[in-house]
Amino acid sequence: MPALCCDCLTTFDAGRRCPACRSPRVVANPELFDLTIAHMDCDAFYASVEKRDDPSLADKPVIIGGGRRGVVSTACYVARIRGVKSAMPMFKALQLCPDAVVIRPRMEAYAEASRAIRAMMEDLTPAIQPLSLDEAFMDLSGTERLHGAPPAVMLAKLIRRMKDQLGLTGSIGLSHNKFLAKIASDLDKPRGFSVIGRGDTADFLRDRPVRLIWGVGDAGQAALDRAGIRTFADLLRWDRAALVARFGSMGDRLYDLARGEDRRPVTAHEPVKSISNETTFHEDTSDPDLLDGHLWRMAEKVADRAKAKDLAGRVVTLKLKRADHTILTRQVNLRDATQLADTIYRRARELFDQVGAQGPYRLLGCGLSHLCDAGEADRSGDLLDPGAAKRSGAERAADRIRARFGADAIVKGRALR
Amino acid sequence: MKLSIERGALLKAVSQAQSVVERRNTIPILANVLIEAEGDMVRFRATDLDIEVVDKAPAKVERAGATTVSATTLHEIVRKLPDGALVTLTADGAAGRLTVEAGRSNFSLATLPKEDFPVMASSEYQSNFSAPATVLRRLFDKSKFAISTEETRYYLNGVYLHVAEADGGRVLRCVATDGHRLARIDADLPDGAAGMPGVIVPRKTVGELRKLLDDDEAKIAVSVSETKIRFATPEITLTSKVIDGTFPDYSRVIPQNNTRRLEVDAAEFAQAVDRVATVSSERSRAVKLELSEDRLILSVNAPDSGAAEEELAVAYGDDPLQIGFNAKYLLEIASQVDRENAVFLFNSSGDPTLMREGNDQSAVYVVMPMRV
Repeated sequence: MPALCCDCLTTFDAGRRCPACRSPRVVANPELFDLTIAHMDCDAFYASVEKRDDPSLADKPVIIGGGRRGVVSTACYVARIRGVKSAMPMFKALQLCPDAVVIRPRMEAYAEASRAIRAMMEDLTPAIQPLSLDEAFMDLSGTERLHGAPPAVMLAKLIRRMKDQLGLTGSIGLSHNKFLAKIASDLDKPRGFSVIGRGDTADFLRDRPVRLIWGVGDAGQAALDRAGIRTFADLLRWDRAALVARFGSMGDRLYDLARGEDRRPVTAHEPVKSISNETTFHEDTSDPDLLDGHLWRMAEKVADRAKAKDLAGRVVTLKLKRADHTILTRQVNLRDATQLADTIYRRARELFDQVGAQGPYRLLGCGLSHLCDAGEADRSGDLLDPGAAKRSGAERAADRIRARFGADAIVKGRALR
Repeated sequence: MKLSIERGALLKAVSQAQSVVERRNTIPILANVLIEAEGDMVRFRATDLDIEVVDKAPAKVERAGATTVSATTLHEIVRKLPDGALVTLTADGAAGRLTVEAGRSNFSLATLPKEDFPVMASSEYQSNFSAPATVLRRLFDKSKFAISTEETRYYLNGVYLHVAEADGGRVLRCVATDGHRLARIDADLPDGAAGMPGVIVPRKTVGELRKLLDDDEAKIAVSVSETKIRFATPEITLTSKVIDGTFPDYSRVIPQNNTRRLEVDAAEFAQAVDRVATVSSERSRAVKLELSEDRLILSVNAPDSGAAEEELAVAYGDDPLQIGFNAKYLLEIASQVDRENAVFLFNSSGDPTLMREGNDQSAVYVVMPMRV
């Protein structure tokens, strides 16, 4: 059976240890050198960047997340051993791990590291589909002759380069489609390399829970439970028509995934569909002034990102989460697409005025969708709001000041609330 | 209840009623029309809780009484009956059915008790006056295109009917705007209307009202209170809640100092705008107007789909000007002009533009330009 050493990249026929360097980090599979779809997932990415930048943290439990009320965004493996998980409320994480070092996310540092990893991936293939800062699909089909080595070797090399040059580790899942590659990368974390070949697919999936399917959340799980579907074996008993009748278009996909089939290509340029931002408060609040301040900051962040991408949007969305975690969203169509924080804020504020009294809230978010080119945006004014042109001019001027002197060079008074 | 009525009279009465009924109803009774027979009259009453319409028609009533049936079903049946048929409606209270008979056709419809039908509370009207149908028709027809559909600014979802000071004295005025264009239409103040409170008449009411105004000879009795407005002909009474909000101060929106004057044949202008806008695929089709002495060039440049240009001979004597507009808005205001030339008054390419018919100050339109 073809095998590969993840440490020294030696390829050999079989064995539990590498014949060259005696490393036990060996991956073996009959199809190892034929598979081309990979998923790379960094190990505890934010925490790893922090540990790399501050070596004193190396053996301490590190949690990345915001504030007293925030949730855990990333926990390092030391903290994970104590039971801390991503998306866990911070207070709970601190009960489990009181000596944890909590660090507020430094997104710029992570984005920087992400760009460096991205550059390394681009040496392997142009077909990269990033899912977030720390994970991406890669399609290495047809690259073997170019690199003089099969994809598996190049991927192991990528991980080694990341470790050597960036001080960051990642795990690879290699398979024949995105669905399985993503599952595989999670099987052997951290510093893992897992392979699911065509021949292994059916055996691999059979007794696994359908929860593994990306996009099946609590609601999806509940719907599947009601249909008596827990594992892929349960799913295999359904024919396509019955699944479609019960689950709609998702049923079609479920039928294919049950058989380990996923025809979605690795698309390098997924067009951005929406831009949004949200924040969880330290304490639930129904204070309109406080919420208004948050609303402005969210609108400004959304506008900043739209401007950076030269995009504008025709729909403004307001999202609120009540203390009991029920979510409230409202949206409004704009006649004229916008990328201005002022417009996004004002329209979101109108939506807020309709529902604002139903608080207290624990989270507020704001988004822009139905995106279009910035050239189509903000082309006509509002008769009833003659000050809009002035405010838009002021915002553009403030943007230029911030571009030159830094993001905090000029802020609106209401951003300070 | 048992009555006979000629099919034509029944259709007219039922169609007005059924158009008020909302297509999708969560409250079943609101899908029904209340039929009340008494003396030699039958009344059809329908409501969506905001608007109530009552339509009277002469009928041969054998047995007085009342019931409710689905407005759309009844309307569909009557519509499909042959012209000139005599229709007999018989309510069987015990069975909860209404029988509709005409010639050899026989229908049996489910009913709901008349007691469940919500009748709109009557109101104290502060102002009652009478206006010719032609006057109301002009006021609403020329302003309704500018009504907003935005839900957040709900106070713009109707026509603001009020008494205003104009140059020639006090007038009855309709104003509508969606923030991109505005229409301000004046009519002579009818006797007895001076004390009328300003009200915002909702879009749907404006649509329903239009059906009362087709007869040029008709006089419409108008009653207005702070919360309701009523329009009545001898046969039909339309009562509507008005929008509970404050209409913005539109007077500061209407430009006073626009000096650059363009005069153009409205129909020619509209056709040219329509033609050049064809090449644009954008949602908001932008048309550029380039003005120089007695010459107007209309153009559209859509990088993805093409370009178009058309030249018009116009009357213009000011500094050259380039200004862009949404083609749809230009078409809509140009189509309001029916007697004289359209007169546009511009300021700069970023300021609102005013349009009126000749020198007629009783119908004024304002439109916001767009960047091109």
